[in-house]
Amino acid sequence: MQIGLEHYLAVAAALFTIGVFGIFVNRKNIIIILMSIELVLLSVNINLVAFSSFLGNIEGQIFAMFVLTVAAAEAAVGLAILVTYFRNRGDIAVEDLNLMKG
Amino acid sequence: MGPESFIEPIIVLAPLLAAVIAGLGQRFLGDKPAMALTTGVLGLSLALSLYTFVDYVWLGGEARLIELFKFIDVGGFTSTWSIRIDTMSVIMLVVVTSVSFLVHLYSWGYMADDPHRARFFAYLSFFTFAMLALVTANDFLQMFFGWEGVGVASYLLIGFWYDKRSANDAAIKAFVVNRVGDFGFALGIMACFYLYGSIRFDEVFAAAAVNPGLVLDLNIFQLPAIEAVCGLLFIGAMGKSAQFFLHVWLPDAMEGPTPVSALIHAATMVTAGVFMVCRCSPLYEMAPYASAFVTVVGAVTALFAATVGLAQNDIKRVVAYSTCSQLGYMFFAAGVGAYGAAMFHLFTHAFFKALLFLGAGSVIHGLHHEQDLRFMGGVRKPMVLTWAMMLIGTLALTGVGIPGTQIGFAGFFSKDAVIESAFAASESGRMFAEFAFWCGITAAFLTSFYSWRLMFMAFEGKFRPNPHAHHDDHAHADDHAHKDAHHDDHHAKPAAGAAPAHESPSVMTIPLIALAAGAVLAGVIFAPYFLGDHANDFWRGAIERVHDPLNPSAAAHVPAGAEAAHTAPAAEHGAAAEGSHGEGGHHVPTWVMWAPFFVTLAGFLLAIPIYFMSSTAGAAIARAFAPLNAFLQHKWYFDELYDFVFVKGARALGDFFWKTGDKKVIDGLGPDGFASVSKFTARQMRKTQTGFVYHYSFFMLIAVAAIGAYAIWAGGGMP
Repeated sequence: MQIGLEHYLAVAAALFTIGVFGIFVNRKNIIIILMSIELVLLSVNINLVAFSSFLGNIEGQIFAMFVLTVAAAEAAVGLAILVTYFRNRGDIAVEDLNLMKG
Repeated sequence: MGPESFIEPIIVLAPLLAAVIAGLGQRFLGDKPAMALTTGVLGLSLALSLYTFVDYVWLGGEARLIELFKFIDVGGFTSTWSIRIDTMSVIMLVVVTSVSFLVHLYSWGYMADDPHRARFFAYLSFFTFAMLALVTANDFLQMFFGWEGVGVASYLLIGFWYDKRSANDAAIKAFVVNRVGDFGFALGIMACFYLYGSIRFDEVFAAAAVNPGLVLDLNIFQLPAIEAVCGLLFIGAMGKSAQFFLHVWLPDAMEGPTPVSALIHAATMVTAGVFMVCRCSPLYEMAPYASAFVTVVGAVTALFAATVGLAQNDIKRVVAYSTCSQLGYMFFAAGVGAYGAAMFHLFTHAFFKALLFLGAGSVIHGLHHEQDLRFMGGVRKPMVLTWAMMLIGTLALTGVGIPGTQIGFAGFFSKDAVIESAFAASESGRMFAEFAFWCGITAAFLTSFYSWRLMFMAFEGKFRPNPHAHHDDHAHADDHAHKDAHHDDHHAKPAAGAAPAHESPSVMTIPLIALAAGAVLAGVIFAPYFLGDHANDFWRGAIERVHDPLNPSAAAHVPAGAEAAHTAPAAEHGAAAEGSHGEGGHHVPTWVMWAPFFVTLAGFLLAIPIYFMSSTAGAAIARAFAPLNAFLQHKWYFDELYDFVFVKGARALGDFFWKTGDKKVIDGLGPDGFASVSKFTARQMRKTQTGFVYHYSFFMLIAVAAIGAYAIWAGGGMP
């Protein structure tokens, strides 16, 4: 069996779905949400690289590098916010994160 | 312009100038200068008016029109401020300025202690200006201006003591009731312009005469144009002249100071309606049904007001109802075509009614603002001059005189002429003239009775002190309580039974004497001019006299049925007697001539045992006929009826519009509805804002998925 584009896309779709559900379904820990976002971004990266290879176009891989950079920055900022938040509230349980409730 | 062209504008405009200066400058001028200014200016106006009158009547002055400036000139509509000098206006000029001047003078005494004298005099002068503008008008618009101006002045003066609730109520009532009539008047003016294309008197009369069959088409129904115009104009006259149905404001207007009652609510303003009808006599002569309406309303008012006058206890209200009744006489005279008699009665009535009011004011003043007849009595001794003047006024009002001669008081000439013209008109088949005649006769009897009742109750017998304090809820008390203390030193310890009264100062009695002279002489001097053989020269076409029942030259119009009247002994009363030996259609039977005399005598004789010989008979009779007495005392329950129908009705209607219309419908569907709907929506929307990040992101995902799905579907599916 040859590994073709479809397989990469299937893996990416699976990763994306896992990531999205990780965001919704998880009610416990905000760090898991951050990790789920990473998963979503990674699935996008896989798509980019897969199409890049498939189409013989290097731009997709360059774009993937950008995404990784942004993801790293985002993770750093997100974790920093989390630390500050924990200092203020003493808890990072998702159930309690409803300050935006109308 | 010759010198005469300056005289008339001065007559009319000088009182306005005085009113403005006295009214606006009272703080700088002070009371006395303001009073002196207005009184002096009125004196000037009076002198010039007398000059104009004499010049016009005896010295060959011409009827003329002085146009001051254009008021409105829009398209085909023009209105000019003008001063029209003809018989009608010179009569009114003299009446208005003379009574006004005397009232100004009288007010020096009557209002001596009032803190707002300057304001009072300014109002009086403003009233005079408005009234003069009314009577000198050459078109309906200027007349309407004056009409409303006197209304405003009347409102201000009735409510002059604005800290008295009843005075404010009366002022508002007068204003509102007059609005009803003015609405009709305004519609009449508009109809005039719509139908005849002009509002100038002469042009309207000419246009109406050219096209008498013109029809006012109101789509739903059609009216003869002249009848409609005359009817609408007369509704205005009914309001201003306090005729039946719209009379309710006049008795309440007695809340104003007594000089105001004399000037506005007896002598001048309330006669504006009569003046207007006479001014429009060419129109009314072409409108038989409108004239019949005038006749009926006038006759009913004459009778109605006289009956109510029987049972009133307030001295001013008795005189007020008497005024109402006399206005009814004038109207039915105009209604039967005797415009000369109507104007003559207006002329004489101005003098004797102003005299009666000022006399009543003098009594009130002398008794420290006691107005209730039941608490008077025995006033003749201390106030003999006032008594004599009131006696003359009463004799003039009841029309005492000897039929067939030239001897009599003013009212004798004019009132008998009115009654006889009604009879003569009924002979010539005028609608409702006979009804008016009998109403007039009955009212003459009642007039005599209530007038003598007033005289006897006020001046004769023993003084009946008011068991209550001086100023109780009997709120017509005509003046300020704080003055009583000031007066009380005038008379220490009056003898038992004598009234604790004092004669009024001469500044008040001199106007009384002047008016009394008018009440005695106005009839005998002017009867030949208004009614007798000088009448043609006197009127010079200012009023329509073709159908005048007392006009000798109108004989041709008297149908054969009146022949019987010709054969009656030609001993008619003085007014018509002097030069009436021609082919007059105005001869009335002897019994008609003597009828007013006898009913007047009967009223006098009946009043003697009840009110003169006995002090209790009147009250006993009132008790014996308690329901009738209550009916009369409550003025036929007109106020109660109007209160029930109009006041309560308007209030209920207002409540309906307020609570249902505005609150429920407009607010409910409008602001309140929007507010509650958006509030409800917001409350529902709020529930979607959980604050949980994963909910928001879920919606974002769903939305992205939905938008993507739509984009794919709309774009025709996947490539």
